[in-house]
Parts: sequence; C-alpha cells; structure tokens
Amino acid sequence: MLLTLTLHSDDPETPATELGHLLHKHPDKCQRFDLAFGAVHVFYPETTATRCTAALLLDVDPVGLARSRSGAPENRPLWPYVNDRPYVASSFLSVAISRVLGTALGGRCERRPELAERTLDLEATVAALSAGPAPDWVRGLFEPLGYTVTLTPPVEGVVGLTLRGRVRLSALLAHLYVLVPVVDHEKHYWVDDREVDKLLRHGAGWLATHPERAQIVRRYLKHQRGLCRDALAALDATLVDDTNAPDAPETEPEADDGAASEQRAEAPLRLDDRRRETVLSALRACGARTVVDLGCGEGKLLRALLADAAFTEIVGVDVAPTVLRRASERLKLERMSEERRARLTLLQGSAVYRDDRLRGRDAVVCVEVIEHIDPDRLDAFQDAVLGHLQARTVILTTPNAEYNVLFREAGLRHTDHRFEWTRAEFEAWAAAAARAAGYGVRFEPVGEADPQLGPPTQMAIFTREVAHAP
Amino acid sequence: MRLELPCPSLVLLVGASASGKSTFARRYFAHTEIVSSDACRALVSDDETDQNATVDAFEVLNTIVEKRLQRHLTTVIDATNVQPEARRPLLALARKYHMLPIALVFDLPSAVLDARNVARAEGTGRPPIPSRVVAHQRRDLHRGLKTLRREGFSHVFVFESAEEVGACELVRVPLRPDRRGELGPFDLIGDVHGCFDELHTLLGRLGYAVDRAGAFEWRVTPPPGRRVVFLGDLVDRGPNVVDVLSLAMQMVRDGQALCVPGNHDLKLARKLRGRDVKVAHGLAESLAQLDTTPEAFREDVATFFDEMTAHLVLDEGRLVVAHAGLKRSMHGRASAAVRDFALYGDTTGEIDAFGLPVRLDWAAAYTGRATVVYGHTPVPRAEWVNGTIDLDTGCVFGGALTALRYPERELVSVPAAQVYYTPIRPLAPEAAEVPPVAPAGPPPPDAPGLDLATISGKSHLETRLLGRIRVGEGEAAAALETVSRFSVDPRWLIYVPPTMSPAETSARPNFLEHPDEAFAYYREQGVTEVVCQKKHMGSRAIVVVLRRPEVAITRFGFARAMPGVVYSRTGRPFFNDAALGEGFLDRLRGAVERAGLFDALETDWLCLDAEMLPWSLKARSLIEQQYAPTGAAGLAGLTAAVEALRHAPAAAALLARFEGRLARVRAYDQAWRPYCWPVEGLSDVRCAPFHLLAAEGRTFFDRPHAWHMEQLETLAGGGVGLLEVTPNLTVDLGDAAACAAAVEWWQAHTDAGGEGMVVKPQAFVSNGPRGLLQPAIKVRGREYLRIIYGPEYDAPEHLERLRSRAVKAKRRLAAAEFALGVEALSLFIEHAPLARVHACAFGVLALESEALDPRL
Repeated sequence: MLLTLTLHSDDPETPATELGHLLHKHPDKCQRFDLAFGAVHVFYPETTATRCTAALLLDVDPVGLARSRSGAPENRPLWPYVNDRPYVASSFLSVAISRVLGTALGGRCERRPELAERTLDLEATVAALSAGPAPDWVRGLFEPLGYTVTLTPPVEGVVGLTLRGRVRLSALLAHLYVLVPVVDHEKHYWVDDREVDKLLRHGAGWLATHPERAQIVRRYLKHQRGLCRDALAALDATLVDDTNAPDAPETEPEADDGAASEQRAEAPLRLDDRRRETVLSALRACGARTVVDLGCGEGKLLRALLADAAFTEIVGVDVAPTVLRRASERLKLERMSEERRARLTLLQGSAVYRDDRLRGRDAVVCVEVIEHIDPDRLDAFQDAVLGHLQARTVILTTPNAEYNVLFREAGLRHTDHRFEWTRAEFEAWAAAAARAAGYGVRFEPVGEADPQLGPPTQMAIFTREVAHAP
Repeated sequence: MRLELPCPSLVLLVGASASGKSTFARRYFAHTEIVSSDACRALVSDDETDQNATVDAFEVLNTIVEKRLQRHLTTVIDATNVQPEARRPLLALARKYHMLPIALVFDLPSAVLDARNVARAEGTGRPPIPSRVVAHQRRDLHRGLKTLRREGFSHVFVFESAEEVGACELVRVPLRPDRRGELGPFDLIGDVHGCFDELHTLLGRLGYAVDRAGAFEWRVTPPPGRRVVFLGDLVDRGPNVVDVLSLAMQMVRDGQALCVPGNHDLKLARKLRGRDVKVAHGLAESLAQLDTTPEAFREDVATFFDEMTAHLVLDEGRLVVAHAGLKRSMHGRASAAVRDFALYGDTTGEIDAFGLPVRLDWAAAYTGRATVVYGHTPVPRAEWVNGTIDLDTGCVFGGALTALRYPERELVSVPAAQVYYTPIRPLAPEAAEVPPVAPAGPPPPDAPGLDLATISGKSHLETRLLGRIRVGEGEAAAALETVSRFSVDPRWLIYVPPTMSPAETSARPNFLEHPDEAFAYYREQGVTEVVCQKKHMGSRAIVVVLRRPEVAITRFGFARAMPGVVYSRTGRPFFNDAALGEGFLDRLRGAVERAGLFDALETDWLCLDAEMLPWSLKARSLIEQQYAPTGAAGLAGLTAAVEALRHAPAAAALLARFEGRLARVRAYDQAWRPYCWPVEGLSDVRCAPFHLLAAEGRTFFDRPHAWHMEQLETLAGGGVGLLEVTPNLTVDLGDAAACAAAVEWWQAHTDAGGEGMVVKPQAFVSNGPRGLLQPAIKVRGREYLRIIYGPEYDAPEHLERLRSRAVKAKRRLAAAEFALGVEALSLFIEHAPLARVHACAFGVLALESEALDPRL
C-alpha cells in the first residue's frame, strides 16, 4: 500500500523540498523501517522547488500476516491467505504514520519549527482504499475538514483517494491516521480502551465538531458500545460550549449480523419481550410444570422460566454448540444456586430428529424456530416435535408475513428465515399437523395487532387430545 | 440328572439360605453372569449381611440385571427369591426384554439347611442364621412353588435334596429361534394360502425339481446347497391346501426347507386339535379340503405347526424371518409378546396417526443390521423398507407368489392363475384376527423420523473398507448443526464425497505441487496404472437423477414425487433456486435417457459424482467479497507503487521487487477469471460428472475408472450443452515416457488456465501394503494455487516457507471419509435402514468439521 504526500509551493522562501525537513526524511535517500507486519520504505519520486512528493510504501508480508492470524470468517476458509490486506490502506498505515512519521505527526520540526505550525498547500494520495460498493460516502469524512477530495472510479469497491487543501502537515497526518481505518473498517489488532485514548489524541481539535463524528467513532472503535459511549462523552467534554455539540445518537446498533437486523426491524415494538410474555402466560395457563424450550437460543425465555418456581423442570435445547455456550454464560450457569441449577438442563438437540431425552415433559415451546427450517424438512419437524415428544401442550410462534409491510426494511425479517407465513398459511399447516398427531390447535396473536394485517407474530397452541389407549 | 437350560435366559435361583445356590451358580456360570444380592449389599455397604442395605442393594441388582437383559445375556440371580414380591420385578424385566424367565428351585430339607448355617457361622464370630428364619423362608418357598408357572416362569426345575443338586448336569441349549448356524443360501417364499400350482411353478423357477411320488409324497431335488424358507400362512382360502401342506411338511422333514408358522396355520392347528375356533377368513376351505385326508395326516399337520417356533434367526444373525416381521429388540428373543408380534405384526402402535398401513409402523422405524423377511400383509409389490421386505404379494387374492433369493436379494414372482378369494378389505390387515392387546410402556415409533441417538455423540462406525472409524463428540456436535439447519433431507443423503489430498510437496523450485509426487505415491504402493483426469474448477456436487418422479416415493421413501436432488459436498442443496434445480434434473434425466443408461444399467435412478460449472454459480459472494477485491486492491496499490518507484532513483533496488509483486498479482487477477461466467439461466450451467456411483441394486465402486469414464462419455453424448466430458489420460507408472507425457499434459492444461488434474489408481478401491490407498490425489497448477495460497505465494521468499504442509493428516481424513461414503452408499443399495445410511453420511460431515489446513 502506498501513501504519497506532496507539498506544493510557489514561494521561493519555502521551496517544496522543505518537505524533507518537515517529514524528517532526506529527499535523496530511500529509507527502510522494519515493523511487525513488514517493512516501510520512504522515498521521494519527485523533488522540485514547486512540487515535492514523499512516498510511504508499506511492504506487508502476506505469509507472515496469514500466520499471525487465527481463524477465518465463516464460509471463507481461505481468507487468511487470499485477501486485500497487503494491498489496501488500513490500520497498518496508521501504525506506519505514527512509527515512521511520528515527529511530523506530533507537529514538531527541528530545522523549520515555524513551518510545522503553518498551513501549507498539501496533497495526500492513498493508492488503494477498500471503501465498499458506494465509495462516495468517503467524501463526507474529509470534505468537512477543508479538503478537495478526488476519488478514482471504484473497481470492486477499491478506490484511490486524493486530498488537497491548506492544512498543517501534522493535521493532515492525524486526519489520515484516524480516517483511513474508519474507511477500511478492519483493524488488524484488538480494539480496547487504549484505542479511545488514541482516537481522542489524534482527533483533538477536529473530531468533536466533525458532522460525522458518531460514525467515525463507531467505525474506529469497531462498534464496541461501551468504548463508543466513553469516546463521545470525552469529545463532548472538550467542547467549550456544550450547546454546540451535535446530537449523539441514543443507541448504537450492534454488529451487523442477521440477528441485529431482525432486532432492528422489529425494535420499535419490543416484540421480543412481548413474545416471551405471551408464551409464558400461555404456559402458565396450561398448567405446565416441566417445559422443553426447543431452539432456546441464548436463553432469554429460559431465564424467565427459571424466575418462576412453578416451572419445576426446564430443558433448553439448541442445535448450535456455540449458541448453547453463550446461553450458559449469559445465564451464569456456573454461579447459579444449586436449587435453581437443578431445574435447568441445557442440551444440544435438533428439531428435525426424534429425541427421547425430551419426552415426558408437560410442554414443548418452539419460539421463532420453524421459519428457520427448510420447508422440505417440516415433515421431520412435525414428526419429531408433535409426533414423537407427545407433550400435552406444544407452543409454536412464527412471524406473520402479512405484517412485514409495516416494518421499515423490506424482505424477510432475518437472513436465515427460510420462509415467513401469512396467518392463513400458518394456520393451515398447524391444523393439518395437529390432526395428524392427535392434537387440537388454537391460535393467539402476539404483539399489537393491526386490524387488517394481524399481529406481528402468530402463536399456535397445540393441546393433545385424550389418548384413546386405556 | 441332565438339566437343559435354554440360553440366553434370566435364571432365578430360588431357595432358603444355605440351600447351595451360590455354590451351584459358581459351578455352572461365569462370575459375570451371576448377580448376587449379597454381593450388591457389599457393594453399597461394605457388609454383605447388612439387612439395612437391602433396598439399595436391590436397586443396584435390578440395574445390573436390566443392562444385561437389554444385551440379551444370560443372567443368574443369586438371592433367596422365595417371595413372589421379590420375583415380580425380575419377571417384569424379563418380559420387558423378552428373555425367558427360568426358576431353579432348591427345596432342601430344613435339617440340612440348619446344619449348614451352623457350619457357616463357625469362625466368623457371627451367630448362625436362626432356624426360625430359615423355616420362614421355606414356608414362603412352598407357598409359591405351585404357582411359579402361573407367575410367568417358562421353565421351573426343582431340586429336593442335596444329592439331586450334586447329581445335576446342567447343559446350555440355544433358544429355539436361534438357527444362526444355518447359513443358506435360501429361497424365501411368501404367503402361499393353498396356491399349490403357483408354488410348484415358483419352485421350478427357483431351480427345485418337484414331482409327485404318491398321495402325500414328493420327489424334490433342490439346487445344490439351497433351501426354501416358508414364511407361514400355507393354508386357508386357496384351492389346494393339502398338497401345499404335504410338500412343505416333507421338505421340512427332509431338511430341504425351514418354515415359520402364520396366524392362519396356527388357527387351523388349534381347530384340528379340537379347540373352539371361529371358522372364518378361509378356514372353512382348509377344513373342507382336509376332510378327505386320513386322520393321521391331519394329526401330522397339527403337530407340524405346534412344534414350530414363530421366528428364526439365520445366517450368523444376518437374516431374520417371521410371518409378520419382527422389530430389532425382539430378534432371537422369546416371550409371548415376541410370538404375537411375529404372528400378527405390530398391533400396539397408534396406527392412525399418519394414516399408514400397519406394517410400516415397525419397518419404518427399523434400524437393525439384520435383514428381516416376512409376509402376512398383502402388498401390491415386494419392496424394501429399511432392510426389511414383505413378500406377501397376495397370490390367493389374484396377485402373485413371490420369493426372495438370499443372499442374492433377487425377487422371483409367479402371477396368480386366478383370483381364488376376494378380500373383504384389499391390501389391509384383518382386524378380526388381531389378538386383544394390552399396551404397555411407551408407544413404538410409528413414522419415518430419524432418531437423534443414532448420530449424536461420540461413535464408532463400522466400514467394510477401513474397519471401525471413530467420530468424536465435538465433531458430531458441529455436524448436527450443519445437518439440521442446512442439509438436504437425510433420505437424499446417500453419499457424501471424501476430501481429497494434494500430492506431497514438490521440491522443485517454483512448484509447490507437481505430478511426479502423485505418481511416486502410487508407484510406491504397488499401483501400476493410474488415470489422470482434468480437474474442473467449479463446485462439487452429488446428483441423484430419477427416471420418473415417483421413484422418489418408491425407492427413496418420500411422500411425494420429485425429480431427484443435487447437493454440495457438505450436503447442502446445490441450487438456491428450486426451479433451476428442477430444470437441471429434467435436462439431465433427458440426457441419461437419450444415452440409454437407464436401460443399460437396468435402473430407474442414478447417482453421479460431478463438478458443476461455473465456479461463480455457487461462489459468487466469495468472488465479490474476496477474490475480486483482492485483485483490484493489489493492482491499484502495486501499480501506484511501481509508478512511484520508477521516479525515485534512490529506490531503484526496490523497483524490481515491486514489479515482480505486480506481475504476480496480475497473474492472480487472471487466475480465477476463467472459472467464472454469468449465469442467466440453465443454458449457462455445465455439469462434468466423473464418477457413476450407483444405480438400483449396485454401486460401481468395483469398476475401474476407465469404465466410469466410458459410461460418462456415453452420458455426455446424450446431453450436449449440459454435460462436459472429463479429459483423461491412462498412465502406466512403469513407463517413464508415459509419465513424462502426463506431466506435459498437466503443464499444458494448467498453463492454459486449468485448475490441475486428479490422479487415481485405475481400480476405484485400491489397497497397498499398508492398507487402503488414497482414492485420488490432486495436483494443482501453479497459477491456480494463487487463489489458494495467495496471489504472491510463488515469490521465492514465500514459497520456501510454504513447503512444509500437513499432508499426512489430510490423507488420514480422506481415507476415513472415503470409507464412510462407500459404506453409506453400499448400505443404501443393500436396503439397509435409513438410520444406518444416515449415520455414515453424517460421519463424513462430522469428520469434515475437523480443523485442517484449508489450503490442502
């Protein structure tokens, strides 16, 4: 990756070659600095009195990089070996700026201290930035700081960025230090509270009043809510007049996975909580004392069930081992009192296989589970849950597709949803399934119902009909 | 006195203290077979005489007994067992696990007992057991002695003196159904119901010469070594019960046939014994025909059936026959419930739940290893269900008389000459003949659901190629998520392909992989000929293509008709768009049809191993998010760097290096492009099959790769535009020039943008001196490896660091996965229970979750 810094000058008193002093790097030399991720070379492709360009060339070692990484993103096992990290400007560049151009970044210059204090006609070019499919948003980061921004036409989300403006060199470097990783959005190291200090140090004097500061803070700190809150509060404190502070957003959205988007889609309704309450009261109403939560996720319903001593045995089942681990952490299983712990069992299981371990309980609940099952395998679900477990009561909830038009975002509510049913579709399926397995079924709304479109979530309560056997 | 003890069984020793039970037990039984209440008392309390520990001790005793009975092991209870309350739980366990309960009663005179008790106590410091206690025990014993049979014991043996005990010689005899030593081959014949003509024709077809030698006599010459097994219901309804009976009886007597009784046969026998039996369901026809026969013949008939056992376990346990079938937990066991099941079928299930016929209840849930052959329920066609088959094709109702050749598994059928009897309810069980049932315990599974227990947790899977393969708990847990959330229906998942190891790392400069190492591997293992196949760069797919959509119902057990399936190597549906998938299968079916393969292979479905092209069909997001941006970033960054370096004389030393980097990234950016083209519709999709894995009745793992290539070339001829031929080269490993030519072939192919080639031993399954060989080894091209190892992997400073690779671990995994895949498909072909096929397919997916270097 390459960063070039150009000083333009038509002032014979201050020839452009003074850039060498400002950067503390001799224009006739090519210097090499060894950093953890590889080498950094500094050299000057152009050295005239009117134009002087210094190049900061990062020679990232791709093999070393792959070896220092642990793990790969899901479905991209080769990512550690085949990726754009060695080629784009990223947090590596920030590290290089601070380690190789630290003096200039600090605003110091031994030979021409006054130059470091002056605004100069400076130009910076970043050869390759990974800016996403619509890179124009990058302008909004730099233009408020007084730069003229030029972007090369994007190729596969990669752009070249040129900034020109009258600024102090240290300010230009600080802007790049903070904003390059904000654009790139993938830090090569773990983000902790030291990052907040760095952000505040290099953002001093400009970040607090930057119109995009919320986004900058969020992306720089990788969406860690706690850190973002600290940083924004600290930025507010630096403003002399608080009334000028731009509004900080109330909440920070979480990492952009499917669950978050589902939450966001349904957020205004706090539907999740409503669903849980509705299911709980349905369980109480049917007098269940032993309950299987099939598809328990991270255990919000389990927690609610544990809180009510009427439920004497609670079995939480999920198919994903990672989710179960998280459930056990969130429920603080290790520290739970013995009595409470004895009421809860967490098991890995599956809604499409018969599982004798789950039989003999009063009720089975599957909250927002069936829409994650391929339609082809609903027969197996029906067999495993209604046919095999034979609980007295079975409660299913699933989104009501009709209601979706009321959400801001179009499409399915979660990327893993295989389908979302209208009320008629759900009711037809449930009625047939109930008939086949010897259950009666009734339906109840969950959440505030729209007069035409119905409730956001629909719930079916299956009740086993009296067995014919003596 | 010789005492024949049927084993395995549950033996209760019954007798007062000191009646010699323990001594007797030690004399005849292994110490692990004896479960003693004293020993259990000692286990829980350190004191075998501590009466306070009795309750706990019996809890332990019952647990041990239950586990042993579950495993069908002879178990001897060494306790006084004098009270009926003490015997009751043990009898219940025997019933639950269908074990014969046997009582050995030690009824010794009290004088003997008292004397022994005194002698025993000497030197222990404890008082002897008082006489009144012993007297009490004897009184209890005598009270129950007469009713032991009524309590449920199948055999009761009583010793009345110490001499009798001493003189006893106990001999174990196998249970009556246990005929494991009979290895076959067999010809199993379904319900005959007096259809003598059809039976005669069928026997002729099977190679049995049958001639009449007298009124009730026959001259029978079976094919050498073969024997008939009659599956019961020889009588009733049909026109010639007498000849059927006399022939069957004679063949059984002469050792030419085995026979299990049917419900009709036993009812007839009861009637002939003068019992009060309702004459219905064709019994009248039998009686009328037998009326003219001599008294002695009728007596023989009654005895013939009376002496028969309701099911047989044959061929080392691999074959079980019973008139109405038998579930796994009852095989080889003995109880009234087992007998009822064998005669009447599964009558306790909630049969209405899924609206399926009775026989499906147990057969659909069957997961046993033994093949179960039965009749009883007339069906239109004999069809395999989870390794079980019903041969009653309703001959007497105008259907056919069907035989199964075992172990060949061929069906031979003779159509009925006419309708002899009109069924009241066609193809349905006769409700009136179902005995009254008292359901106990949980209802049996009654629909085709798979049990989690068959796949989850740590397991050892038996394979024919590699013995037992271990699947770890963590791997199974990861695979359970995959298979539950993303896989195609398990009924489709009949084969999962193994991972493939690359050649060992080449030592040549500039090369990480080279054909020489692949050739060397096979040469060292004694292989003389290999097939080199061009490796298409797309996505691996397993394709099951059906000749008619109904085959999904008849062969794969679905409820609805479907054209087949295409799934990825991780078992996921290949096409996200169902219509595209159906269109593909439709075109493929047409190609197979035109190529004449369905007819040539006598099958109505095929399973293919193939590469689907283009790569971008499945890998689009990968390309958009990873491959394309990497190239774009590399080109942009390095072009700018080279440009800057050109203008900086001081940095001249760096210029060459960065020009080299740029050239490599340029090459990378070209490397993946040939594998991508836009897919607007089906006409843009290509399929390159390279293994013809299986068709009805057989797998093709026994055919050389040359055969596969030939078949698939024929297939490609039927599907121009859809199917691609895989260019291949047969190489004699002893011929240096041929090997060099193959290297050149590889070089030319990879230079032209090809991924590489796969080297396979000519025989699909090959063994070397150290066992199973790698079924295939891939040798990837230099340019292709950029998209695996990184754009600049071949820069000398990188390449040297990349040379150490864990190829061995990859090969171990590949061999295990190959063995499991072959096992799954072979089991499917053999009509094994779905659960067993699924366990093997699941095993491959589980092994795949092991963390290995993804670049290999």
